[in-house]
This record gives sequence, C-alpha cells and structure tokens, in this order.
Amino acid sequence: MEKTRKNLGRLIAAPHILWSVLFILAPLIFVVYYTFTDAYGTFTWENIFALKEHANTFLISVSLSVIATFICFLVGYPLAYLIAGYKEKSQKIMITLLMLPMWTNLLIRTYSMMAIMDDGGFLNSILGALNLGKVHLIGTKGAVIFGMVYDFLPYMVLPIYTIISKLDKNLLEAARDLGCNPFQVLWKVVLPLSSGGIISGITMVFVPSISTFYISQKLGGGTFELIGDTIERQFQNVSTYNVGAAISLVMMILVLVSLAVMNRFTKEEAS
Amino acid sequence: MSPLGKRFLQAVCLRAYRFLFFSKFSGKGEALVEHKKIIELQNISKEFEDEQVLSSINLDIYDKQFVTLLGPSGCGKTTTLRIVGGFETPDQGDVLFEGKRINDVPAHKRSINTVFQKYALFPHLNVFENVAFSLRLQKLPNAEIIKRVKEMLELVALKGFERKNVTKLSGGQQQRVAIARALISHPRVLLLDEPLGALDLKLRKDMQNELKKIQKQTGITFIYVTHDQEEALSMSDVVVVMAEGKIQQIGTPTDIYNEPVNAFVADFIGESNIVDGIMNEDYKVTFSGHTFQCVDKGFAPGEAVDVVVRPEDVDVVNVADGMLQGTVTSVTFKGVHYEIIVDIGGFKWMIQSTDFVDVNANIGIFIEPDAIHIMKKSEFSGQYGDYSTFSDEIEELGNSETVGD
Repeated sequence: MEKTRKNLGRLIAAPHILWSVLFILAPLIFVVYYTFTDAYGTFTWENIFALKEHANTFLISVSLSVIATFICFLVGYPLAYLIAGYKEKSQKIMITLLMLPMWTNLLIRTYSMMAIMDDGGFLNSILGALNLGKVHLIGTKGAVIFGMVYDFLPYMVLPIYTIISKLDKNLLEAARDLGCNPFQVLWKVVLPLSSGGIISGITMVFVPSISTFYISQKLGGGTFELIGDTIERQFQNVSTYNVGAAISLVMMILVLVSLAVMNRFTKEEAS
Repeated sequence: MSPLGKRFLQAVCLRAYRFLFFSKFSGKGEALVEHKKIIELQNISKEFEDEQVLSSINLDIYDKQFVTLLGPSGCGKTTTLRIVGGFETPDQGDVLFEGKRINDVPAHKRSINTVFQKYALFPHLNVFENVAFSLRLQKLPNAEIIKRVKEMLELVALKGFERKNVTKLSGGQQQRVAIARALISHPRVLLLDEPLGALDLKLRKDMQNELKKIQKQTGITFIYVTHDQEEALSMSDVVVVMAEGKIQQIGTPTDIYNEPVNAFVADFIGESNIVDGIMNEDYKVTFSGHTFQCVDKGFAPGEAVDVVVRPEDVDVVNVADGMLQGTVTSVTFKGVHYEIIVDIGGFKWMIQSTDFVDVNANIGIFIEPDAIHIMKKSEFSGQYGDYSTFSDEIEELGNSETVGD
C-alpha cells in the first residue's frame, strides 16, 4: 500500500520534475556555462570583467526599484490598513477593485500610461486646455518609477492586507485600553505584527521591479537603460550572449541574496 | 433563625468587614468613610442592528468595590462593560466618571483598564514588555519601569518570567500577565470580561481567590463580568443581575440570594422552587393548598405572588407532620446532601437533604416562615422554578458556555 502510494506520488510528480529540469535547471546551467565561456566555448573571465561597463545600469536599476518599492510600501501599507478596517463586505469589494487592473495585460497597462503621460498625451492636453503649460514626463526616471508603482502596487497591498485583516481585534482594543492613541496602535502593535506581510510585499514588488525591461523601455523613452533592458539587448545579438548571461547571473544572485536577507528578518521577528 | 436575627447578623458582619477593610488599607481615622461613586451609568441604551441590547441601564459603582455583572449570555453585561471601557458609545444616556461625563472620552484617555476574555497579550512582546507596555507609552524612565514591572510580576506570582515568550505560557499564566499589564498603570477601575472563562475548574478557583486578594491589596474598583453565579457570589461586594438588556437586581451576594426580586433572579442564582401563591394578609401566604406563616408584608390582600423556597430550606418530615405531602420521584446523591425531587400536587419541588429517602416514598415537608420569600409577579413569572423537566445534564449544558455574549 505504502509502496504503491509512493510510486503513484512519483508518477504524479513526474511532469513537474520534467518541467523543472527542462525549463529551470537546464537554462540555469546554460546561463552559468555562457557566463564563463567566450563565443567559441573556451573558459574565460572576460564576461565577468565586462560587467564593469554595466555598473551604472545596475546602480540605476537598484535605486529605481528601491525607490519604487519604498513608495509602494508608503502607499500600500496605509491602504491595506484602511481596507482591513472596513466591514467584511466592503473589504471584498475594495480588494476586487484593487486587483481589477491586474486583469488587464501589463503591456496594455503600460501603453495606456504612455498615452496618458506622453508630451501630446491625455494629461498634457488637459493641462494645455487649462493653460497650465506642459509637463515632460516620458523619458524621465519619475515616469519609470511611477510605472513600477502603478504596476506592482497590488503585490504590496495584498499580503499586508491579508495579515492585518487576520489580526486579533482584541489586541487593537487592548492597545487602546493601555493608552495608545490611534497612531500609536498602528506603530506599536499593527506594524510589528504585520512585519511578515511587509516582507512578502517588499519582495513581491522589488523582484519584478528590478528585472523589468518593458516599463523602462516605454516610459523611460529609451533615454536610459535598466538591467532588464541591458540583458534583453545582449541576447538579441548572438555575439553578446555571454555577457548577457553574466549579467543575468549577477542579478539572480542579487535577488537571492536580498531574499535571504529578508527571510532572516522575518525569522528574527518570529522568534 | 428569625429574620430580625438574620438582619442583625448581616449588619454586624458588614461592620466587621468595613472595619477590617479600612483599618488595613487606609490607615488612620477613616474607618467609617463611605465609598464615593466612581462610575455612574445613567439611562444607558444601546442597539446593535435593530436589536435592543441595553435598555435604560442605571447603575452606580462605588470606589474600591468588587462589582460583578452577572447574567446569561446575551443579557448585555459585556456591552455594559465595553461602554464603561470606552469601546462602545451608548445610543442614549450618560457615562459618568467621578461625576464627570465621559461619553466622548476615548478609551486610551480613560483611567480604566481591561482584562480581556482571551487575554489579548501582544505576541510580538515578551512578558516584561507586555506588562511594561503602558509605562513605555508614558515614557517613564527605564529604572522606574523595571522596578514597577518587577513589583507587578511579584504581585501576580510570575517572578522570573520577564524574558518568557507570552505565547508559550499556560492559560493561567497568560491570564496573570494580562492582569499585571492592566494594573501596572494604577487605573482607578479595572474591567474584567469573563477572565476565567477559558481556565479549568481547579485553576479557576485559585484565580478567583487571587483576584479577590489583588483587588483588596490594590484598592482598585473591579467590574467583573461573568455568567457563573457561584463565581459572582463568592467574589463580589455587589452583584448586578442582568437579563434581556435590563438590570434585574443590584445587591450584596446575600441579598441577591436571600431576597431575589423576581423569578429570573431566584432561578439564576442557586436553585429555587418557585410556586404561585396568594398573599392573604401581611405575614400569611397560601400556596400548594396550604397557608403558611411568612416574614413578608406590604402586599395587597389577595395579591397573586411568586413564592420562592430554596431546596436547602425544606425539611423532610413524616407524612403526618408535613405541611405539604408528596411523592419522591428521584433521588441523587451529591456528596454533601441528597437532591430529592418531590411531586407535590403535580408541581415538582427540589429538596436538598442530608437524610436519605426512597424513590416513590410518600413524605411530608416542613418549611420555616423565614425560608419563604415572597416576590411580586413579573414578566418572568411561570418561566422558572419548576423541576419537572430538570436534569443535571441540561443544567450542565446551560452552564458550560464559556464564550460571552
């Protein structure tokens, strides 16, 4: 019985294992292989040294993602807190509204943002009609950050909301009872108890932000590159495959390290 | 004992109690100072989603007393407590604290703290930080916080638990942390919402004594909510019996037990035989076909009344000597006494006696005048006090609710 169950388990898991090997493990090995070889397949450190040229792009990518994540947190946390304070029925409606944009494809959303922010776009037409002059948005870092925040905000709100809405309401009353004003309730009780949600939210916004290429291409107007764009460009040209692989590898390590740091945080909170 | 004797004894006890209480805790010369009103509820009404939870509650709570709000679940006791704590606002009426209206004072500005039903300890803080919570908010110097937390943990017998994780403590220990946390800022009033509901019986008894001790030591007014009548009687200075959103009776535990105002109170507090009677004249009442001497007066001649006789006040005698006669339908051994159900003219009485009688035996019963308590008819008349459908099991089910209303 036990044996058949085990075999059955293996059988069911087989497609997934095959999938993982084919599309996760194998590509990973390829990335590592390309990183340390040149166009002719001989071992080299060249590609790692070539990363220097892209140091600036790394810096911009990290800083823009950090800023976007931070803004998402600043906007998303109070939003999640507010939503969790409503009646259950209203909460459901608000969460659905929050997720509604996610039903639209990311590309379409980014395109529509272009249409709004373009020099001759929706926003500027309104400003023009009101004789308020024009603002140049597309091509600025601000526009890219805005795009990231707009696209990834729900990923910040959802995990935080989930945790806050499950908090024991008695704890909030106990805090008030012991002398906390509403702000102190948030700061001393809700915030520390929702740290798990904050960590997931940050991870879920930071990771797609740092690897995005589409948002920066469309809203950055090609004036600067993010790391995702660089990787994409390297892979469009056969001769720079190897450098592209090196950049991907470094980014992967970067993300893994930040995840590990985050996990440590949550574990310390829990203990 | 004659009623006069009973009253006299009560008065003596009260004097003695006051003397002890004051000489121990207030020191010199204040032995007979009356307690001041600390909380007043005036005409409080509250509705939740079209359901009247409280209607016209009037209640004065005196300083340094242990007051218990007692009633079945859904009677409005917890809502009353939450109004005092500032977690609910009354639809009508005023809440006064030392004579000042505090309806609009938020919970965190009231000198009233709460021990919650499920403790509500902060899981991200250890025992020390939980207890120190309100002192940290007051930004007291660290040395004072350490000193006061230490004292408080000693008071609740949790010395050495400072660094422990609150989620790893037992129910009783968590309860003590909750009490320490609520007491450390020296509130004037402590609210306790069924604080012992989640503990097992043995621990519950210990905690009852401990709570009473802490209340006396600190001199803080306790307002305690429970559905457990035994707990209420054994701990309180004043018991407030509530039912259906109204206060039924306010009194000392002895008053509530000996002089219930209506059938609900008589039934809810202890066991009661409640029969229909007619008040012939002062000190004379007829029920179950016999006219009894009693100690009550002030009713209209011929007024229909509810008569309460406690099971332990009924004496079993020979059929010939009995004022009433009946047939025993069941006998249960309860350790200290037998619980005997007797059918007297179709109405089943409960009698508690140390003498054994056989089932189906015909017995007579004898009732002393001061064992008879007369109550005016009320909305609760006829609903309680008949033991024809009585079974321990049902009683058990009725009492086993632990989560409040």
